[in-house]
Amino acid sequence: MKFYIPQDTTALALGAESVARALQAAGVAPVRNGSRGMFWLEPLLEVETEQSRIAFGPVSSKDIPSILDALETEASSHDLYLGPVDQIAYLASQQRLTYVRAGLGDPVCLDNYQTLNGFKGLKNALTLTGQQIVDQVKDSGLRGRGGAAFPAGIKWQTVLNCNSEQKYIVCNADEGDSGTFADRLVMEADPYQLIEGMCIAGLAVGAAQGYIYLRSEYPVAHKLLNIAIERAVEANFLGDNIQGSGKTFHLEVRLGAGAYICGEETSLLESLEGKRGMVRAKPPLPAIEGLFGKPTVVNNVLTLAAISTILEQGAETYQNFGMGRSRGTLAIQLAGNIKRGGLIELAFGVTLREVIEDYGQGTYSGRPIRAIQVGGPLGAFLPESQWDTPMDYEAFAAIKAMIGHGGIVVFDDTADMAAQARFAMEFCVVESCGKCTPCRIGSVRGVEVIDRIVANEDRDNNLILLHDLCDTMELGSLCAMGGMTPFPVRSALTHFMNDFTGEGKGDN
Amino acid sequence: METSAQNTADISHLVAQYKAVPGGLLPLLHAIQTELGYVPDTTVPAIAAGLNLSRAEVHGVISFYHDFKTQPVGRNTVQICRAEACQSMGSRLLEAHAKETLGIDYHETTTDGSITLEAVYCLGNCACSPSVRINDDVFARVDQDRFDELVANVRGVGVKK
Repeated sequence: MKFYIPQDTTALALGAESVARALQAAGVAPVRNGSRGMFWLEPLLEVETEQSRIAFGPVSSKDIPSILDALETEASSHDLYLGPVDQIAYLASQQRLTYVRAGLGDPVCLDNYQTLNGFKGLKNALTLTGQQIVDQVKDSGLRGRGGAAFPAGIKWQTVLNCNSEQKYIVCNADEGDSGTFADRLVMEADPYQLIEGMCIAGLAVGAAQGYIYLRSEYPVAHKLLNIAIERAVEANFLGDNIQGSGKTFHLEVRLGAGAYICGEETSLLESLEGKRGMVRAKPPLPAIEGLFGKPTVVNNVLTLAAISTILEQGAETYQNFGMGRSRGTLAIQLAGNIKRGGLIELAFGVTLREVIEDYGQGTYSGRPIRAIQVGGPLGAFLPESQWDTPMDYEAFAAIKAMIGHGGIVVFDDTADMAAQARFAMEFCVVESCGKCTPCRIGSVRGVEVIDRIVANEDRDNNLILLHDLCDTMELGSLCAMGGMTPFPVRSALTHFMNDFTGEGKGDN
Repeated sequence: METSAQNTADISHLVAQYKAVPGGLLPLLHAIQTELGYVPDTTVPAIAAGLNLSRAEVHGVISFYHDFKTQPVGRNTVQICRAEACQSMGSRLLEAHAKETLGIDYHETTTDGSITLEAVYCLGNCACSPSVRINDDVFARVDQDRFDELVANVRGVGVKK
C-alpha cells in the first residue's frame, strides 16, 4: 500500500504536516503529493491498494490509527472513507486538462511527470518551427487566463515578428486576486507543466530567457518551483542545447514583494527590472518593448500551462472545449463562504448557479447566499438574478461583470454590501501604484463619499458624486486597477442599495 | 531594541552577489531582509553604489513594496488576510480580535518583541478562509480561539500547534 498526503498550502494550512508525522510514527512513509483541488476534503489522505486508489478526508493526525486499522480489515467501514478518489463526483465530473496530473504524485518527481505525458508537448515543439508553434496556439483559440482574455497566439505572433537578438518570456505568477488559487495549484501540484509551457513559448518566439514573477505570499510554490527548475536543468529540459536540439531556454523565479499592482503586466515588468512597480502607458505594447525594452511575452501561469496541453494533444482537441469565443477549459476557483470550495476545471459555458449549487452545495455558514463576486477585487457583485449567466468572457462582459482569473467569492446574507463597496475603494487606496490621478486620489475620495452616503450626509448629491467619480476612474485610469475598481462599487449600488441606506435587505 | 540608525551590518557580500544580476535590486533587498530581518537605512548608500543607482531610487523601491521593512520587526510576523474571501468568512471580526488581544494595530510590534502584526491581501487559501500566515506557515479556518492558540504557540507558552 502506498500513502499520499499533500504538501499543498491549503492542505498544510489544515494540518497535513501533522498527518504526515502521524503516518511516519506508525511506520508509513507517505508520498507528499500535490492537492487534487478538493480543498473542502483536505487534508485528503489517499491510499493506493492493489484494487484502487481510495481516499479518506478530511483527516487529522488522530484519525491515523483507526484508518490504518480499517485498512487491515474493511476500509469502507471508516467514517472518513470516501471511496476511490477518481469516483468522487466533485472530481469525476470535471473536464481536467490543466489539472489532469494535479495530486497524482510527488509534484517535483520528474519521472512521474514524464510517465503522465509530461514533456511530450515540448518534444513535439522541438520538431516544429516557431511559426508552426504559434499557429497551433492561434488555432487552439487560447486566450490569456490572467483576466484580460487577449488571444495568446496574436501576442506570440507579435513577439515572433520582432527582430531582436534578445527576447523574454515572462510568467505572471502574481496571483493577487482574492478567491483565486489556480496558479498556486499548478505551481504546487504540477510545476513542470508551467516550465514546459514556458520553454515552448521560448522556442516559439525565439526567446532564450524566461522569468516567473511569483508573489511572495506563496512560499510553498517558491520552494517547489526552484526544485523543479533545478531538476529540469539537470535533465536538460531547460538550459543550453535542450534535448540535443541546439535550442536554449533559461528560467528563473523572481519574487515579488507584496504589491497587488505588480499583477498588472507593465507594473510587473518594472518590478522585474528592479524598480517601483509603476504602471507603464501603452503603447508601446510589452510584446514590442517589454522587459528591459525588449520584445516580451507576458502570460499568466494558466495560459502557459495550457500550452503544454495544446502542443501535446493538438490545437483541435483543446479548441473542442468551450463556447463562443471562449475556447478550452476554465479553472474555476470556488471560495469564500462556501461549503465545498476548491478548484473546478470545466469547459467554458457552465453557469454560475451550477457551480455554486452543484459543486459548492451552498454556503459554509448554512445561510442563504446574498452576493457573489467573480473575478477578484475588481469584479462586480452579482445578485441572484444574474447567477444563470454562463461562464464565458463575453456573457460576463455583457452584464458589466468579468470572469477575470476565474475566482468566485460567495457571501451569505450577513454581508454588508456597502462595507464591501467601501472596501473596494479602500483596497485601491492601499494598492494603487500612484501614477495616475483618478486611481490614486479617486479611490481616497471614493472611500470618503461612500462614508457620507452611509452616514446620510446629503445622500442624493453624494450618490451623484460617487457615480461621477466612478466615471472618472473608469475612463481616466491607466490600467484596470483604477479603471475597474468602480465595478464592485457600482454593482453594490445597483443591486444592494438598501445596505447604503440602512433600509433592510430587500435586494434589487 | 536595535534601531535602524545603529545598524552597521556589512552587506557587501550580498551587493557583490546581485550587482551584475539584471533587475537585481528586488532579489538583493529580499536577501538583505532575510539576513538582517529588515533593510536598515544605513545599507542604502552601499546598495545604491553597488547597483549604480541613486539613493533616492533605492529608497523609492524599498518604500513602494509592502514587504520591505526599514525598522526591526518582532521575532514572528503574523499576517491576517483582509481580502474578500476571508471577509466573507468573518475576517473583519478576527482582525478586531487580533488587534485587541495583542494590543497593537497593523504594522506594530508587541511590547515583548514577539509579534509584528501585518495585513495581507490574499494568501491563496480562499476555499478555507479565514487565513492567517505566521512567518512561512499558512493556517486555514482561523477563528478567534484558533488565533489565540496559534499566537500562544509562537510566543512559546506551550500550546500545541
